[in-house]
Amino acid sequence: MNPEFIRTLHDLLPQIQGFIYPNEIEIHWGLLIVVYPYITGVVAGAFILASLVKVFNVREVQPLYRLSLLTALAYLLVAPMALVAHLGHPERFYEILLTPQTSSAMAMFGFVYAWYLMAVLLLEIWFVHRTDMIAWAEQEKGVMRFIHRTLALYSRDTGDRSVAFDHKALKVITIVGIPSAFLLHGYVGFIFGSIKANPWWSSVLIPIVFLFSAIVSGIALVILLYMVLTPLTGGKISMRCVDKAVDFLFYAVIVDFSLEFVDFIHRVYQSEEEIKILSEMVMSKLFASLVIIQVLLGMLVPLLLISLTKIFKRRFSLNEDLRKMVYFIAVILIQMGIFATRWNVVIGGQMFSKSFRGLTTYKMEFAGIEGLLFAILLLALPIIILAVLTKILPPWKEMHGEGVSEGVEVAGS
Amino acid sequence: MNGRRTFLRGFLSVLLSGGAIGGILKILPSKADAREAPPKGQIWYGFGVSVDKCIGCARCMDACKTENNVPREPFFFRTWVERYITRKNGTTVVKTIEPNLEPSPEIASDKSILRSFFVPKLCNQCASPPCVQVCPVGATFQTKDGVVLVNEKTCIGCRYCIQACPYGARYLNPVSKTADKCTFCYHRISQGLLPACVEVCPTQARIFGDLNAAASPMSRFLRMNKIHVLKPGLNTEPKVYYANLDGEVR
Ligand code: SF4
Ligand code: SF4
Repeated sequence: MNPEFIRTLHDLLPQIQGFIYPNEIEIHWGLLIVVYPYITGVVAGAFILASLVKVFNVREVQPLYRLSLLTALAYLLVAPMALVAHLGHPERFYEILLTPQTSSAMAMFGFVYAWYLMAVLLLEIWFVHRTDMIAWAEQEKGVMRFIHRTLALYSRDTGDRSVAFDHKALKVITIVGIPSAFLLHGYVGFIFGSIKANPWWSSVLIPIVFLFSAIVSGIALVILLYMVLTPLTGGKISMRCVDKAVDFLFYAVIVDFSLEFVDFIHRVYQSEEEIKILSEMVMSKLFASLVIIQVLLGMLVPLLLISLTKIFKRRFSLNEDLRKMVYFIAVILIQMGIFATRWNVVIGGQMFSKSFRGLTTYKMEFAGIEGLLFAILLLALPIIILAVLTKILPPWKEMHGEGVSEGVEVAGS
Repeated sequence: MNGRRTFLRGFLSVLLSGGAIGGILKILPSKADAREAPPKGQIWYGFGVSVDKCIGCARCMDACKTENNVPREPFFFRTWVERYITRKNGTTVVKTIEPNLEPSPEIASDKSILRSFFVPKLCNQCASPPCVQVCPVGATFQTKDGVVLVNEKTCIGCRYCIQACPYGARYLNPVSKTADKCTFCYHRISQGLLPACVEVCPTQARIFGDLNAAASPMSRFLRMNKIHVLKPGLNTEPKVYYANLDGEVR
């Protein structure tokens, strides 16, 4: 037995308030499980942003299209790592796929994941880049040529008919993809929402709240990446694009905020037996992360900032650089807020006792699998993967608004 | 191995027969589930607790840890005993008693105390167990005689079942890194013995037996007392029955 771990538990003992069941001292789902819904949220959100371009033909945000697809893929590749790493027996992970219990929400993870990865994201990315890869390979030598050839599965056909087929395929994939993205994150919400033993989680609204916070985090992250990467790669940020994307973000935050507000009011109004302990928890243990970071800094301040630019853009034709800065701050705050949301759901749901008589406490480790260091690594990993992906499938042309791209044609066709 | 093959075959046949809808309907509660006691003649285990008889001696906690190799540290319990002290001003203080508890005579003379009692707790062996429902690999399962067990060999340690149990009855065993909880001492009862905690209880506050056997002490206990279960609103259908339970207890 790990004496370190036992010592940690001993340290927690004096911090318990009230009465908790004796097995509840340890918080079982730690930082890694906070990271997991955060990451899948970005995947779903980024994909939905990409779909906006395709389905609703929003030309302004076209520069974000390929970037959001690649972002979704980079984050999707990391998502299962968080989940597997926190298992007591990571080496038995495959059991979930081989002997899944159909009544378990978690057992469906592998299937939802595989479906989303194989049937939606990879296919969409492949069809979007097929002709480009052929063209790139033609001008390249050595390794890159080999990579692009192979990735294009040695297809060389850039004739009208095959291009038309690409477009058709893309349409179908997008149509399948949107409900799949909803499924991916709604399902992660369901993992929590279906635990009737835990009133903090058990709400029919949870999957929907998860979904909208996913959309918020995905859009905000892609905007952030676009604003950082474009100047770095020698392009100019298209304010038309950012303005439009921030518009979507703005509405998504409003919907997300209203949903959470409704959920909150509903709980307070119904005021069931757990309400006392929950409000005690919110006012003490979760005050900083829920009231200050999630609601105030993560939602209200960005909403205010964006509204200001909306008002002043017309009347005073706000200086573009200033607007850029305001957006920049807003999307960073929103990212923080969404991460806090995940924290408050996951950790908050385990801090009160199911006896409704007391609160336990969470002590974050620094090193170790459940520790801060590993979590930071997991959060940084998608960015590294994205860097590699952009080497192989550079989205710069599109981000800089040059040349033809699949999206516009499809959207226009 | 066999289970896997059965699963794959089942999976394929579901795909081929379009039975996926039937699969979804399975999550709806139905009469056909194991939730209902099997017909007379078949064993269906249950547990009784006489709250009035428990004196908080903690022998059961000790016996359980010894019998089932539960780590001695005060964080891992298959069974534990809670002490409730309600004062005249209406406040209630609850504590888990610690083994080797010194008798506390001051409580007996404390005039501000309205009532005080002990409540033994353990896995409720729900007839409709949420822990079984959520386990992604089927490592937590229900036996034919109604006991919920964990298979150490296949549990992946995801702890979903710990989250799903409304009674805090589960913990992650720090040695095996798998979920663990009260088994009704399945290794003993299948030999015709009593669970360790029942056997050591000096006041017979703990009763165990077949709910289907009309003449067992268990059935007698159910007949002779007003019975409550914990958190009945969650529809887990516990098979740990309490006599003389106070409304304060959750
Ligand atoms: S009490 Fe908890 S561990 Fe025991 S069967 Fe019910 S849900 Fe499962
Ligand atoms: S911890 Fe083990 S028994 Fe519990 S749900 Fe996970 S796999 Fe099943």
